Amino acid sequence: MSTRTRRANTARTIEAFMKLVTGACVALVVLTAVFILGKIVVSGLPGISLDFIFAKPAMGMRAGGIFPIIVGTLMLVTLTALLVLPLGIMAGIYLAEYAPKNLLTRIVRLSIANMAGVPSIVYGLFGLAVFVLLMQIGKSMLASALTLTCLTLPVVITSTEEALRQIPSDIRQAALALGATRWRAIYKVVLPAAAPGIVTGSILGLSRAAGETAPILVTGAAFFLPTLPDSVFSQYMSLPYHLYVLATQVPNVPPEVTWGTAFVLVAGVSIVSMFAAGWRSVQRRKVKW
Amino acid sequence: MKVTPTDMAGRHLGRTTRRRAAEAVVRTLVYAAGLLSIVILLAIAVFLFVEARRSMSEVSLGTMLTSTQWFPTGTPKIFGFLPLIAGSLMVTAVALVVFVPIGIGAAVYISEFSAGWFKEGMKTVIEFMAAVPSVVYGFLGVAVLIPWVKETFHLTSGMTALTGGLVLGIMSLPTVISISEDALHAVPDALRQGSLALGNTRWQTIYKVVVPSASSGIFAGVMLGLGRAIGETMAVLMLTGNAAVIPGSVFESVRTMTGTIAAEMGEVVFGGLHYSVLFSVGLVLFAITFAINLAADLVLERQRKRWRR
Repeated sequence: MSTRTRRANTARTIEAFMKLVTGACVALVVLTAVFILGKIVVSGLPGISLDFIFAKPAMGMRAGGIFPIIVGTLMLVTLTALLVLPLGIMAGIYLAEYAPKNLLTRIVRLSIANMAGVPSIVYGLFGLAVFVLLMQIGKSMLASALTLTCLTLPVVITSTEEALRQIPSDIRQAALALGATRWRAIYKVVLPAAAPGIVTGSILGLSRAAGETAPILVTGAAFFLPTLPDSVFSQYMSLPYHLYVLATQVPNVPPEVTWGTAFVLVAGVSIVSMFAAGWRSVQRRKVKW
Repeated sequence: MKVTPTDMAGRHLGRTTRRRAAEAVVRTLVYAAGLLSIVILLAIAVFLFVEARRSMSEVSLGTMLTSTQWFPTGTPKIFGFLPLIAGSLMVTAVALVVFVPIGIGAAVYISEFSAGWFKEGMKTVIEFMAAVPSVVYGFLGVAVLIPWVKETFHLTSGMTALTGGLVLGIMSLPTVISISEDALHAVPDALRQGSLALGNTRWQTIYKVVVPSASSGIFAGVMLGLGRAIGETMAVLMLTGNAAVIPGSVFESVRTMTGTIAAEMGEVVFGGLHYSVLFSVGLVLFAITFAINLAADLVLERQRKRWRR
């Protein structure tokens, strides 16, 4: 065999080998994901019942249900959404429609990207110092929601900007040519067209916020409360913190209670976010300008 | 009759003027919102510093950063960050060993060897892994990995730097894979075809042409994964055992910076020295992740310019 074909053969063998190695990496990732999902479903499902969802915790949280905890999480996320959506969407509009190409805009972009990488416990410290203590809101749902607003802001801004950029400029120019002011063109024409992208991106960000533990740990989540929160200034119970408490702080919790809580948290967060991600990719494919 | 303003030629301008005014108001609001991210990022740095000031004057930053002992409630109180920094670095190093090869390998396979339907499916898998909250990773680690590490390595406790690092590695995979895959995907096909036309195999094309072209994006992905691992709180808090001692090996218990803040903030007096010291820990953590993220962002920005089509 000539040198040339031998070299070609070696190259082909290496290619087949590397395809196997990189494929094994993918297989490892998929197996990990399947294991996580499978373990939570198999261990969590037996603990799930109507009673578990709609009853209060009993016997030092070792029995009963997690109703106040689910409600606390939903209230917290709703309050966060009310705060973060207007701010984030406006900031996204600024970047996509108004921002001039200059150094300031570059710095804004860099800060948004950097905010996304600030550790969640640092947001917790910030929230504790500013919202809980300085503004004297106290450890409360509002302080936690404000903290989660800062944490979620970069996601909402980025997805709004991305959604707006996908609307071609013809549409804007047509509206402007008909005599609309810049804001009316955005408000009446561009925003409605970009709405699906903005909504799904924001849902993704909010579902991440729903699973955060560290920032709410220091700004208002309660270990245990006998009643539901009655205002935004009261403390609250929340699913991720409750799971942490059951898994590490309370002795002798029956496994079906802990796994059931994990199941509700993962099911809620992942169903919502995968639905949003799926809807977004459908929208992207459907709308061809 | 309704009176509306007119221009010099006498035309009614009511609606137009109102809308121009609205435009001006909206523009101000939108600009303000646009600058909000800078304000928040600055405010985080400023308030961490303000709250940390007491510890800096009473203990001094130099002492905190060089002392090897952490006894926040002992007599005398000793606030040395080295055990915490060493703990964070050790779990992050373990995570790095997990997510760099697996993450980049998986990204290469997904981008270069797989069909469209497979890419879509992997997107869902990665989306799911990113959506699972960190406390759930921590709980799974407590239930599954701690006993496994204890059995496999014949240790007295399964709460080690290794346990925390392995879980952090898995948690960082979605970040590394999606950013690396984006970078590989952005390499123009003309480069691949050129290389293949010269007689290279697909693998030769990948490691001589595609990966070098995407290297800055892959690097940024690794950096962002690193930032995520250092800043992660709940999983390490639940898995590493939290012993504030400089670790001799990955089989020992460690206490990270993030875990320390989360575990001790509930017990301190607000405004007290210990409280202030925890803000100093937060400041160090913020500085480290800020540097990592800034480096990654600058690299990503450069790459985006490079392949702009």
